[in-house]
Amino acid sequence: MMRIELTVNGEKRSDEVEPRLLLVHYLREVLGLRAANIGCDTTSCGACTVLLDGKSVKSCTVLTVQAAGHDVVTAEGLAPDGELHPVQAAFRQNHGLQCGFCTPGMVMATVGLLSENPHPTEQQAREALEGNLCRCTGYHNIIRSVLAAAEAPEKGAQLTGVAENAEVSA
Amino acid sequence: MSILGTRVLRTEDPKFLTTGGVYTEDVVDDRLDGAYHVFFVRSPIAHARITSIDVSPALAAPGVVAAFTGADLADLPVIPPSAAGLMNVEMTQRLLAIDKVRFVGEPVAVVVTELPYQGEDALELVEVDYDPLPAVLGFEPTDSSLLFEAAGTNVAGHWGEASSLKPELFDDCEVVVTHTIINQRVAPAPMESRAAAAVWGDDGRLTAWVPNQGAQGTRDSLVTLLGLEAGQVRVITPDVGGAFGAKFGADPEHAVVAWVSRQLGRPARWTETRFENLVAMTHGRAQQHTITIGGSRDGNVAAYRLEIVQDAGAYPKIGAILPFLTILMTTGPYDIPNAESIATVVVTNTTPIGAYRGAGRPEATAALERAMDLFATEIGVDPADVRRKNLLPPFTEPHRTAFGALYDSGDYVAALDKALAAAGYADLRKEQAERRASGDVRQLGIGVASYVEITGMGDGEESPPEENATVEVHPDGTATILTGTSPHGQGHATAWAMLASEELGIPVEKITLQWGDTDLIPVGGGTGGSRSLQHGGAAVQQASKELIEMARLRAAAQLEANAADLVFDKSRSAFAVAGDPEASVPLTQLAENERLLIRTVFTAPGATFPFGTHVAVVEVDTETGKPTLTRVITVDDAGIVLNPLLAEGQRHGGIAQGAAQAFLEEVVYDADGNPLTASFADYPFLSATEVPSFELADMATPTTYNPLGAKGIGEAGTIGATPAVQNAIIDAVSHLGVRHIDMPASSRRVWQAIQQAATARPGSEH
Repeated sequence: MMRIELTVNGEKRSDEVEPRLLLVHYLREVLGLRAANIGCDTTSCGACTVLLDGKSVKSCTVLTVQAAGHDVVTAEGLAPDGELHPVQAAFRQNHGLQCGFCTPGMVMATVGLLSENPHPTEQQAREALEGNLCRCTGYHNIIRSVLAAAEAPEKGAQLTGVAENAEVSA
Repeated sequence: MSILGTRVLRTEDPKFLTTGGVYTEDVVDDRLDGAYHVFFVRSPIAHARITSIDVSPALAAPGVVAAFTGADLADLPVIPPSAAGLMNVEMTQRLLAIDKVRFVGEPVAVVVTELPYQGEDALELVEVDYDPLPAVLGFEPTDSSLLFEAAGTNVAGHWGEASSLKPELFDDCEVVVTHTIINQRVAPAPMESRAAAAVWGDDGRLTAWVPNQGAQGTRDSLVTLLGLEAGQVRVITPDVGGAFGAKFGADPEHAVVAWVSRQLGRPARWTETRFENLVAMTHGRAQQHTITIGGSRDGNVAAYRLEIVQDAGAYPKIGAILPFLTILMTTGPYDIPNAESIATVVVTNTTPIGAYRGAGRPEATAALERAMDLFATEIGVDPADVRRKNLLPPFTEPHRTAFGALYDSGDYVAALDKALAAAGYADLRKEQAERRASGDVRQLGIGVASYVEITGMGDGEESPPEENATVEVHPDGTATILTGTSPHGQGHATAWAMLASEELGIPVEKITLQWGDTDLIPVGGGTGGSRSLQHGGAAVQQASKELIEMARLRAAAQLEANAADLVFDKSRSAFAVAGDPEASVPLTQLAENERLLIRTVFTAPGATFPFGTHVAVVEVDTETGKPTLTRVITVDDAGIVLNPLLAEGQRHGGIAQGAAQAFLEEVVYDADGNPLTASFADYPFLSATEVPSFELADMATPTTYNPLGAKGIGEAGTIGATPAVQNAIIDAVSHLGVRHIDMPASSRRVWQAIQQAATARPGSEH
């Protein structure tokens, strides 16, 4: 077991974890944050996507110990005060989700995309989400949601999805 | 203003967007505390005798509390084949294989552990000795190696007999084209794989959490699989991460998890990996079609024959029934004077076939729409013109087809013309001609597919389709709906609330929908076959109207007025005396002393038949064969639309799945029956980069079969888009002599077809 310290959704954590524990399992089983889902065994589907220091990563392919000292944000952490983050709001407004299984990953991948490329073209949005699979929507309304979120006036500072009180531990 | 027909945002979304859905694996429940974890040992061989199984090494592994094999479950009922009376009765299945395995992925044993990770290691320790047998694969299996020795054949059964086919069917045709094509095996692959959690109460009742499409059907399946009494099983449906036809009922694994829980006296849980999902959840399609079409040189189709071979996989499940639906829809939207269709169902050493979005109907449309294009190409007439010439004229009185289907209403030519206009068909053909003339490397292909499908089937016309709903208004101004449907992405919580809100004057956000708990809702048909709105939604509307009439009587008593003199004011959700708005009583008050609740059953006269036309546009790189889907334009007429946002979502998803089958997805086995597409790294699951945004044109021809005027929309996409995209790819290279490319029409297959056509062309230098 190893002791790690990290920040998850703005909250400092200190936990003993097995070296082999995947970040997605840490989030789901240790912290009970179950928005991120496991949809495959091969890093193909992206249902587990979270932000690591503001960049979207597939948490099934990150060891928890690799996240030590870093800042993790999940879909739960995007809307700490209950009001939907602009990306979440855009997904609702554009019916960008159906069964919801890929949705937290899609949202986090979108937040990651928009922090790197605030105004993607449709093609850029499609390429950025290529690693996030969805069986329900045919991607049509997901892409609408991404493009709408990019135009949302209030996205500004919230876009990284990091809560304002977050402290990244060294 | 009515809320019906408006784009109400989903009330279920905030949860899914923030804390996420609570899928079976996520369920936290006191009753499941201390649950064991179940892991399945699966056959790595397609066809073999099991000579021995030794679980003892696994039992010695850390955390392993038990292990079981088929012998331990031998007293449980055998699973008979589907389509009783038509399929060979010897083709039975056990919950865990005994004596023989018949596909890679078939469960042969379970290991039960304290913690989830322990099972992954312990699985490897179970020693199973197999004596391999030749694998039986393909659509024309011989009987040299039998899956079921007692059956004496690998043919499971027939739908219709070859002897019934008329040799003279095409005698009067000027042109006859025939071709054998494959409607390939695909994986439903919902994002949430299968799972189960089970616990037995002191009363001897099982409570099972299972991702499903209808808790009542899943309950009944578990009762049958476990040999229990009706009433001994309660199924609770958590959020379900997609199903697409593959989560109906219960699978052997679900029953085994429940059995393990009873055997060990502890709750038990199981979540399958994606590998397990891709080899052991049912697959879809897997039909071979021999299509023969004949008619006149000016484009009148006079005769059509469809000979189907259904690969049912290792056990005849729903796959054995799919040809029934394919045959029913043989002639689709066309008026073809002479048509016939038969099917042979075979078993092979592959994953069993089940329902997949459309379930038998996409296969009928794919065969017919390929036939139309083959015929059109042969006579040199535009494929859209051939369709227009042969489509049934508009009808408002039900039309009976030669195959027994009773189409409720339709205007197929209008749908075709609308789609062609939306696509700019004439301009597309012009551009195509220019690219052909200039020898452009990137050739344009335009594919058209017209369809009619069946939605909301009952169990035949003697047993018309029905669904129940319960609506209750509470004193606090909220309302609750209980439904027998089972949403897993379709948005029933919003849609059913819209229907109740319209009648009750209660805002959508104050109406809660409950489903999927068989103790709460003992009867229900679930969600599948595009039935939910036309039956379940209609039931909610009917219940809401009946509740208002019941409340009217209570209001009359309270206001000491004549019931007939009361008007229901939706803006206040209150009854008022006509002419005296001060004398009023709200529904909330009427619910105070006695529950204001009603349960009703809506019964439809029969199935409905949505229809439409899809147009697909592709660019094919003639040097590499790579097809790029650039546009999909669809007209999908499913009657009156309740919530366009939701209906469009259903169309988008179906179109994408249809396109995926047309040019990407296929479950592949090697010659020994080993699956080659058992992960998302290998199975070419459609991604966002492989499809464009879709162009939807609206058309709404009401049905009279329900007061909503609604038909089903859930499966239109896979039915129309699959042949439209396939036809487009073939059309792009048809001027090079290509007549057909089997699905998936991948780069490799397109390239090969171009090469073969070049070799075959007279005067070819090759």
